[in-house]
This record gives sequence, structure tokens and C-alpha cells, in this order.
Amino acid sequence: MNASAGELTAEPEDFLATKKTVELSSYKVNGTVGDVTVTNPRMRAEQVNVWYGQKHAIKNVNLDIGHNEVLSMIGPSGCGKSTFLRCLNRMNDTIASCKVNGSIKLDGQDIYHRDMDPVALRVRVGMVFQKPNPFPKSIFENVAYGPRIHGLATDKASLAELVESSLKKAGLWDEVKDYLHQPGTGLSGGQQQRLCIARAIAVSPEIILMDEPCSALDPIATAKIEELIDELRENYSIAIVTHSMQQAARVSQRTAYFHLGDLVEVGDTSQIFTSPKHQLTEDYITGRFG
Amino acid sequence: MNNPASTGPKTVDIVNKTLEKRYAAERRFKLYGLTAVTIGIICVAILFISIVFKGYTAFWQTYLRLDIHFSEEIIAPDGERDAETLAEAEYQELIQESIFKLFPKVTDDEDRSKLLEIPSSSSSFILQRMVLNDPKLIGQKRTLWIPTSSDIDMLVKGYITRDLPEADRKVKNQTIAWVDQLVQQNRIEQHFNWNFFTKGDSREPELAGIGGAITGSFYTLLVTLILSFPIGVLAAIYLEEFAPVNIWTDIIEVNINNLAAVPSVVFGLLGLGMFINFFGMPRSAPVVGGLVLALVTLPTIIIASRAALKSIPPSIREAALGVGASKMQAILHHVIPLALPGMLTGAIIGMARALGETAPLLMIGMVAFIVDIPQGIFDPSAVLPVQIFLWADSPERGFVEKTSAAIIVLLAFLILMNLAAVILRKRFERRW
Ligand SMILES: Nc1ncnc2c1ncn2[C@@H]1O[C@H](COP(=O)(O)OP(=O)(O)O)[C@@H](O)[C@H]1O
Ligand SMILES: [Mg+2]
Repeated sequence: MNASAGELTAEPEDFLATKKTVELSSYKVNGTVGDVTVTNPRMRAEQVNVWYGQKHAIKNVNLDIGHNEVLSMIGPSGCGKSTFLRCLNRMNDTIASCKVNGSIKLDGQDIYHRDMDPVALRVRVGMVFQKPNPFPKSIFENVAYGPRIHGLATDKASLAELVESSLKKAGLWDEVKDYLHQPGTGLSGGQQQRLCIARAIAVSPEIILMDEPCSALDPIATAKIEELIDELRENYSIAIVTHSMQQAARVSQRTAYFHLGDLVEVGDTSQIFTSPKHQLTEDYITGRFG
Repeated sequence: MNNPASTGPKTVDIVNKTLEKRYAAERRFKLYGLTAVTIGIICVAILFISIVFKGYTAFWQTYLRLDIHFSEEIIAPDGERDAETLAEAEYQELIQESIFKLFPKVTDDEDRSKLLEIPSSSSSFILQRMVLNDPKLIGQKRTLWIPTSSDIDMLVKGYITRDLPEADRKVKNQTIAWVDQLVQQNRIEQHFNWNFFTKGDSREPELAGIGGAITGSFYTLLVTLILSFPIGVLAAIYLEEFAPVNIWTDIIEVNINNLAAVPSVVFGLLGLGMFINFFGMPRSAPVVGGLVLALVTLPTIIIASRAALKSIPPSIREAALGVGASKMQAILHHVIPLALPGMLTGAIIGMARALGETAPLLMIGMVAFIVDIPQGIFDPSAVLPVQIFLWADSPERGFVEKTSAAIIVLLAFLILMNLAAVILRKRFERRW
């Protein structure tokens, strides 16, 4: 579905004239600029609203995630990127005050329908968190945990194989193959994050959600993860939240810009970063706030 | 930011002025802290040293070497060997015979009865048991070490001042002379007092031991642990992980915190009213003591377990949920194993508290004088702190050192338990 072009309802001329740092909340957004849909979407969110108690954290968001694409979500902090991402695998179910309505479909199936089990959903929609959070167990056990609880490996050998292939896909195998039984928490930050990615991959998800996966990492580790994301795109759809616009530009094909709970603009990454259509997007990517 | 053009005093000068004052405040604060810690350590040291000095002698017992002739005429003049005859024989006479032989010049009946006060009154039971175990002893001679009576024990350990006027002294001049003579003959020695650890209570200080009380405490704590640990941990897990947040859980939370602060005597009264008077459970039994102490420790364990669960970062739960674990799996596989050391620490501290708890046990009749070592949780028994309470109340000089010795044992157990808790905490301490 196409959203109507958004308009700034509060003193746009004034804003354009002064080009100064602006108050975030002084703008209202009507709908989303750009095409939120893709043909043959993997996931489709329609009219999603999220409340934390009284706080309206996500407002009428429509957004698709396509096959084999990396969708990045950018925006100032507190604008609801994580909230929206966590709706996609019902991680928000664990927050008592959080209410979600609207529809989010995975391959045409509503994930908030009562026939959809959140456990089954999270096997299909994996997640990598902002802070690397390996289990305080061995590297092997970290990766093997998911397959084990779901019974994905029939015997020890196939489990070991699965662990190896997951670690290889996460680009970590060569670094850890001799230390598989050392604690995962002993790895460096970047290695830990790749371990978490391997852990997510091990249950063969269809979609991987990443919430600022590099925010705790140094540039070299970040580069490795970005490379990895690019490789993973071949087999998975990826939605990544990032506060780094360069990262969004480097890894993603489509970009969504969020602003105070509104989805302001969606478009091809190159278009968003070279010719944003919405004033807020432009102000954000040119660094006027954030 | 400092404007270089400004003429006011430089920031660094202002800072420097206050710097000395700030360091002085820090030094003062450190000094106060150090003083407080030192005073605390001195108090504890005084307490420990005084108890150890009063009590350590109780771990030794004075023994008297006697040459006993298990004469057939005295034990079984008719040549019988059945248990009844052997049990009822006059073993006291064997002792008399051997003692009188040591002091051939003492012939006066009154003096002779004084002589008989030197060995413990339990001596005849020792001989009786030996003969019952091995009837072949009859007719033979044996050299035995027999415990002396408590008064002689006190005399030998130097607790009885010889300079006191004879009238004020428990052991008279005559007896002192005899004992000195026995010492010269190497017939008096101090041996390690195993009986103190293996025997039950007794009216005679030289026979009294904490074996019964330790066993009683063990059974009581066993009941306490079996009840309060699983209940406490399950309650904590439910409240922390599953309970809905509403007014009822708030009320429960407040009540648990209140219960932790309720004086333990109140739990004792509850135990008396409910378990003994209403359910008719036996008085003075570890099972009731354990039930009451379970009530006392439950809040502690629940609070410690909840704190342990709370300290597990949510990122671990999210990690588990993120790969498709159910809530139960996330808790069972990740949260509980990580929280377990904290829970165990709480349980150990709760048990240490239960071990020292006295007041509620007085309420349920665990102050009874019990000689036998309990064989199970339904037998009447004493517990360590109550045993200390009982002995501290006894007038005999011999119980003073026993009291302190029992306190040493109790403290040793408490230190061990708390040490275990600290080690557990250190060993499993994690940085996330
Ligand atoms: N668990 C929560 N309870 C209440 N409010 C929350 C919670 N999580 C996030 N919020 C609020 O929702 C808004 C969006 O938060 P979030 O999605 O974390 O933003 P972002 O990831 O874009 O920085 C913020 O205003 C935040 O305060
Ligand atoms: Mg966020």
C-alpha cells in the first residue's frame, strides 16, 4: 500500500528559513513518504500501533520486509525503532505494559493471531541484540542451545555439524574452532556478537532482526559484522536498527526513517541518503538533530 | 569553558584552594571507618578469646588409671553368665576394691567413701558394659583409664584454688593429698574428651556431652532445609517470574518482608499452638523444631532467592527467548542455574540463623533434659543452642567449661556455614 506524502504541519517555512537545530517535537507527520511496500514481501506490517501504558510509542506504521534484503531503520533515539523491531518477533510480549495492535504478517500469516505460537514465531524470526549477550556457557553450548531445545539435531555428530556450519556462516569458526569448550563470555565484544549471530542462525530462521548490533563494538569488529550481514542477505531477510547512518548506507538496500513513533520516510537506501523527500529525513541525515 | 580573556581568578586556582580541604575530608572519613572496623574486630576478638579460654579445657578430661580385677565372686558368684546376672552385678565393688588397694592406710568408712568420690560415678557402668560385651573378662585383670569425677577434673585443671580456706572449697585437703599422690604415681592423666562429642546430656558434668544436641540440631536443620529450601525457592521463582503484578502480589511481598522481621518467639508460639496442641505432634522433637525453624527461615530464603533471580540480567532471558525457548525453558535452563548460587547462599545463611535460634525452640519444649541421643526426627532431643542455655543455667563448676566448649562448637559450625556461603558467592560471582 502506498502512503500519502507527508506534510509538516508546524511552521515549515520558518524552519527552512533558519536552518538551525530544531526542536524534535515541533513537527507532526501525516503518513509516510515513499513506498512502504515491496512485491512479494516476507513480512508486512499494517497499521501497527504500540503503547507502553499511556505512551503511544509507534503510530500507524506500515512497512514491508522483502526477500533477501537488508532493511535498515534509522532515527533519533527514543523514536521507537527498537519497539517496532521487537514487535516483529513478539519480544514485546514479555513487557506487561506493552500493547500492540494492527497486523503483522509473516508470509501472509498474522503473527499476533492466537494460532501463532510466539515460540514457533521466534524460531522463524531470530534476533540479535544491542549488547552481545552470549549465555555464560561454552561457545559450543551457546550455538547448540537452540537446535537442542527444538530437537533439530538427531545425534551428537549432526549437532556438532550444525554448530560448525553456524559458526562458519557467522565467520567465527576459524577464530574459535580450537576453543569450542571455552566460555563464550571470554570472547572479545565483536566475537561475542558474531557468536550471538551464529546462535541465531543455528535454528535456521527466515528473518533476522538486529537491534544496533554494532553499537558496543569497535570499528574493526563493526566492519566484520557489516561484511557478515551482507553475506547473510543471500539466505535471510534482515531488519537492522542502527544509529549510524554510514552503516545503514553500507549494509542496507532499503531504509526506513522513524521519528517520534512515526514512520516518516521509506525508500531505497541510495535515494534516502542522496535525495530524501521529507524535510525531517533530510534534517536528520544532514545531522541537524539526532 | 574558561575564557582566556576574562580577568577573574583562574578555575585551576579555585580548585587548588579547595583541594587540600577535600583530601582532609577524605582522610577523616577513612579514619572514622578504620576506627569503627577496629572497634568491631576488637570486640569480636575479646568475645572469641574469652570463650576459647574458658572452654578449651573441656576438650580434655581427667582420667584415673585403675587396676581392675573382674573377680568372679563379685560379678557372678554362682558361675552364671546370663545377661541379667551380668547386668545387675555390683561393679561398684570392683572399683572399691581397686581403689582401696591403692590407699591401704585408709580404713575409716567415712574416709573410704570420700575415696570413692574420686572416680566418676559412671565408672561402674563402664565396667558393666565391658563385661556385657565380653563375659570372658570375668576372672581377669585389666588396667583401665576411668574418668574422674568432675570435682577432681576441676582440681587437676586448676580451677579449684588450693589457697582458699578448706571450708569454702569443694575438694577438701584430704582428697587433694590423695590426688597429688595419684598424680605422682602417674595414675592421673588428661585424655582427649571424645565423650564430649559422642555422649548426650547428663547431670554429671564429666559425663555430659553435646553428641545428643548435635544430632538433634542436625535432624532439626534437616527438616528445616527440606521444607524451607524448596518452598522458598519455588515461591521466589513464582513471585519473581510468573506472578502478575497486582495488589495481591504487592500484599504478599509486604507480608514476606514483615515476616522476616517478626521475632522468632512468635513462630515458636505458633508452633506450640498449631503443631503440638492442634496436630498433636510430639513435644521436644526435631520434627516440630524443624517445622518452626522452617517458618523462621522461609522469608529469608524467599527474599535472598528473589534477589538472586533479580540479579540475572534480562539480556540472558531475551537471548533464550530470542532463539525460541519458552518462558519456562528460559527460566529453567538459564535463569535458575545462574541464580542458584545466590539461592544456596541465602539458604545457608538461613540455616546458620536456624542453627543458632533458641527462643522458638524453648516454646515448643525443646528445653527438656534429654540423655539419649535421638534416633530420628520424632525422638525427643536437645539442640545445640538450647543445650548451651541449659548448661549455662547449671550451678556445677564443671558445666562452665562445657558451656563455653559447646559455644565454641556452635561458633565453629556457624563460621563454617558462613564461610561456605562466602566461598559460594565468590566462586560463582559473575561480571556481565
Ligand atoms: N519497556 C518500556 N516501558 C515503557 N516505555 C518504553 C519501554 N521501552 C521503550 N519505551 C519508550 O518507548 C519509546 C521508544 O523506545 P525505543 O523503541 O527503545 O526507541 P529507540 O530504539 O528508537 O531508541 C521511548 O520513548 C521509550 O521511552
Ligand atoms: Mg533502541
